Amino acid sequence: MPDTLDITVEFTGGLEMLFSNQRKHAISLPSREEDGNPATIAFLVRYLCQSVMKDRRKELFVLDDTVRPGILVLINDADWELEGEDKYEIQKRDNILFVSTLHGG
Amino acid sequence: MAPSPCARCKVNRALILRPKNHQRLCKPCFIATFEAEIHHTITTNNLFQRGERIAIGASGGKDSTVLASVLKTLNERHDYGLELILLSIDEGIKGYRDDSLETVKRNAVQYGMELCIIGYDELYGWTMDQVVEQVGKKGNCTYCGVFRRQALDRGAAKLGVRHVVTGHNADDVAETVLMNLLRGDLPRLSRSTSIITSMPSAIAPPKASGPGTSGVIGKNTNHGITDVRRSKPLKYAYEKEIVLYAHHKNLDYFSTECIYSPEAFRGSARTLIKNLEKIRPSSILDVVRSGEDMARLVPGNEDAKRCEGACKSTRSNLPSAEEEEEGAGGCGTSGRSTGGEMAAMEAKLLHNDVASAQVLETEITLPARPRPRNGQAHDRHAHTPFTNEPPSAATSSGGQRHDRIDDDTTPTTPRPKSPTKKRSTTHTLPHPPKTQKPAQKMGQCARCGYLSSQSICKACVLLEGLNKSRPKLAIDIQLDAAEEAGRC
Ligand SMILES: [Zn+2]
Ligand SMILES: [Zn+2]
Repeated sequence: MPDTLDITVEFTGGLEMLFSNQRKHAISLPSREEDGNPATIAFLVRYLCQSVMKDRRKELFVLDDTVRPGILVLINDADWELEGEDKYEIQKRDNILFVSTLHGG
Repeated sequence: MAPSPCARCKVNRALILRPKNHQRLCKPCFIATFEAEIHHTITTNNLFQRGERIAIGASGGKDSTVLASVLKTLNERHDYGLELILLSIDEGIKGYRDDSLETVKRNAVQYGMELCIIGYDELYGWTMDQVVEQVGKKGNCTYCGVFRRQALDRGAAKLGVRHVVTGHNADDVAETVLMNLLRGDLPRLSRSTSIITSMPSAIAPPKASGPGTSGVIGKNTNHGITDVRRSKPLKYAYEKEIVLYAHHKNLDYFSTECIYSPEAFRGSARTLIKNLEKIRPSSILDVVRSGEDMARLVPGNEDAKRCEGACKSTRSNLPSAEEEEEGAGGCGTSGRSTGGEMAAMEAKLLHNDVASAQVLETEITLPARPRPRNGQAHDRHAHTPFTNEPPSAATSSGGQRHDRIDDDTTPTTPRPKSPTKKRSTTHTLPHPPKTQKPAQKMGQCARCGYLSSQSICKACVLLEGLNKSRPKLAIDIQLDAAEEAGRC
């Protein structure tokens, strides 16, 4: 297993504002968590907060250790609820989209 | 997890989990189902008439963009025979609307619709940037919200359009229901749940207003007597599905928060709605339906009124645009609530502990009590949700949201004086058919003629204050600008 997984992470619906105003991010995610388990969405979210997100308002993205309610997560265009939510194990070349429903309509 | 097949076509892989019924659908089936449900809402509520010219209140945001896209699709698919135009309001906030108006302009091309952009300066003589310069950033959301509530109707009247549709979705309505329920404001709860609101707006100003006192607004809107109907075709559509529809159809929309309202997220009823949805997705529609059911029990509701002559509500059940979106905050184009309201509400509930379980009876039996105007919640303790604030704090805050300014403190909105405590039960049945509308009892603003429960509407009150401190010259210029407006 390679050390990193090359994936695409996208932020839309206003979330891009929290990530340097950039919609698409090419991420090389460590393929294993610190404890050796395969990288999951939960791990990705922690990684994004620590290593990618420069905005200090983390609570606009994460609440209670998970993605804030009102933010949809699509894994290769599928609702993450169909994929095991934050326990989904990330595969290489995955496209993970975070889209906020909370911003002005 | 093994991919599951679409529940509808049984062929494609399911990508969408529907919040309302947990159905798993593939992309084409989801899009078809979403559109079919909006069509169902439109037809069962008789929202449109053939040949109608309809202005879509367009902000460039997800809701109005989806609304425009779906209405275009349905208008063609089912031959509604509608003429659809886009109507955008420019608040005059530099840098805020620029991008969203660009989005609306692209939408106009994409959907082949006429676009009219009307500015606060045209409608009121003030841009929001000028208002902020005058009153500061604190409290400016009040102005923005009051102006916004009237802007679509005024804009439509200017264009001679008699029907405005807005992108309010189920989450918006659920939020309004909860807010009004927590406030114990049942009349407003009743009004806010209706899918159609009919209101004469922008009626030519009464002759009384001479040139000197001239309605600053009236000058702009005397394009004849107009009935502007408002409706919400997306009322039963989940915000989640609206966003997914926009995503899967690759719609071009824009998202931002009002730059003058950076705190829009915190402690809001919106957060509560989203948390409820996470626990039980169907709860949003449940709240909407419950709101509708409760609305039928409210004395003064048109159904209730017809079943018993004793209900002497002096107010019509039909909302004016001014208050229809009261549950919505000053800022945020979809009528989003702003921060702090839940905190204010919580404080009020602590103060008013009878309200908890028996809101209905409380509302009916207790006399309306005027609330103090001072110490608006917005400024005070807006961001302390679910604190244990002592009742005294609640009293001083009055539990008011920051953009509620006069409605609750005036005697022109009497609670129905019901002699019997258990009256509510007599309203539960039967429900007569909703055929005739009650007579419109609301008055008109003496300045501008806008439908209002006050003798002078909120916008005119705010404008009076603004204009007082502005040099006369500026007003003249603004009136001139108004004359040449109407370019659409
Ligand atoms: Zn299908
Ligand atoms: Zn007025």
